[in-house]
Amino acid sequence: MASKNDPFQFQEFDEAGDLLEANRDATTISIDDEDVKPQKQSTATGFSSEADTEDPLANDDQAELLSGQKKSPSFWSFEYYQRFFDIETHHVKERIIGSMMPWPRKNFINVYLRRNPDLYGPFWICTTLVFATAISGNISNFLAHKGNRDYKYTPEFRKVTIAATIIFSYAWLVPLAVWGFLLWRNNKMVNLVSYAFMEIVCVYGYSLSIYIPAVVLWILPFNWLSWCTIVVALCLSGSVLVLTFWPAVRDDHPRVMIAFLSVIVLLNILLAVGCKTYFFTIPGNKTVTPTNSTT
Amino acid sequence: MAASEEASRPFAGLSDVSISEDIPVEGDISVPVGPSRRDDEFSTLDEPVKDTIMRDLRAVGNKFIHVLYPKRSSALLRDWDLWGPLLLCVTLALLLQGGAADHEDQGGPQFAEVFVIVWFGSIIITLNSKLLGGTISFFQSLCVLGYCIMPLTVAMVVCRIVLLVSSGVIIFAVRLVVVMASFGWSTFASTAFLADSQPPNRKALVVYPVFLFYFVIAWMVLTYSP
Repeated sequence: MASKNDPFQFQEFDEAGDLLEANRDATTISIDDEDVKPQKQSTATGFSSEADTEDPLANDDQAELLSGQKKSPSFWSFEYYQRFFDIETHHVKERIIGSMMPWPRKNFINVYLRRNPDLYGPFWICTTLVFATAISGNISNFLAHKGNRDYKYTPEFRKVTIAATIIFSYAWLVPLAVWGFLLWRNNKMVNLVSYAFMEIVCVYGYSLSIYIPAVVLWILPFNWLSWCTIVVALCLSGSVLVLTFWPAVRDDHPRVMIAFLSVIVLLNILLAVGCKTYFFTIPGNKTVTPTNSTT
Repeated sequence: MAASEEASRPFAGLSDVSISEDIPVEGDISVPVGPSRRDDEFSTLDEPVKDTIMRDLRAVGNKFIHVLYPKRSSALLRDWDLWGPLLLCVTLALLLQGGAADHEDQGGPQFAEVFVIVWFGSIIITLNSKLLGGTISFFQSLCVLGYCIMPLTVAMVVCRIVLLVSSGVIIFAVRLVVVMASFGWSTFASTAFLADSQPPNRKALVVYPVFLFYFVIAWMVLTYSP
């Protein structure tokens, strides 16, 4: 290492550690120090977990980055929820269409979600279904009582809260129960397929999307049309759910498997029929036209 | 060693340079601040109350005009305020009262329900837009969504006036047309302000909740029955 008398002449310096051999306590920073990268990443993800700051080796971070695993931000931070909205318009469209057309070999979670469950679809489909149910029920009640002079039209706003309670509890509590059940069975026996809670919520949310056009069709006061649409909607959404959960319980005890799948289908039926009977007036049950009462 | 000593003190050669005492070195470190001039610009404590109120009212009125003629201007976004949305929400909630009063349970929305729908709806849409990666700030979005309720409030006023006359089928058709026109206007006005802040592959995802929000409010306006 050359040292010149002129201090302003450019000199080659060795590694900082060598220069300060006399003084070991001095801190050194070298330009290609890769601690800068994880530092930037941990500030970008907000409240990073404690493991980030104590990771001294840059290679581990780079390997993790390359393998696609991101450091998970804290549950209470905004960024935690942002990764459930990491989708685009065409993704949502594909998922909705995929939930309406079940295919025997295609598992909704594997084909459409691909490890990227989103909260956008379930939340907005549930909200749309709530308002669609309340509004369609209101219209169908009005149409059913149209000729009746004693009937006074009311907007029936209370039904919105009732519909919201029913539909949101179906879309969030049933997946919780399903997830808990699958977790319990996974403890009892080894299973290759296991679903995350968000993926189950996603499947349930998207499977409700077939009911939105069904609910609109229930406005028309034809009994046969209503029951036809119920059956079709039940078949489609029920089969999407069954096909999704079949690989998870396939290796289980046959009785458990049948019980589990039939409970899923039963809850689905209960939701559809319950909504239909509570919110919609069945035409023909009430004497709507004056001519009926005179005969 | 002299060499290593030299290396560790690269500016050692400068140690014998000193400033000549003949050169006067003096100055003032303090930064001159003009306190009276600043207070005149930013302090509004001394102005008459009428000026303060008129300034805010003028800002609110200015934004109403921007909603009426929605161009892609940033006036609504830059100086957000929540007075306009509050005024509109209270007016709408008051106008929605007094309908179908004989059935307590099956009537129209209560005052608090309208408030909840408008404010929580706006907050949820704003959160949705931010989670999808929008660049608009929280209160700016609330401001835009609140101000764009104005066409629907105008439609509500029109509906109530029209319902004073009669309540037949023709009147219903008139109300339907007015409400649909104002719903379209509200949605168009708010997307003109909000859509620019989103990446292009997610625009529909942000616009749809806005559409749903104004649709629900339009439904409440349309189904008001005296």
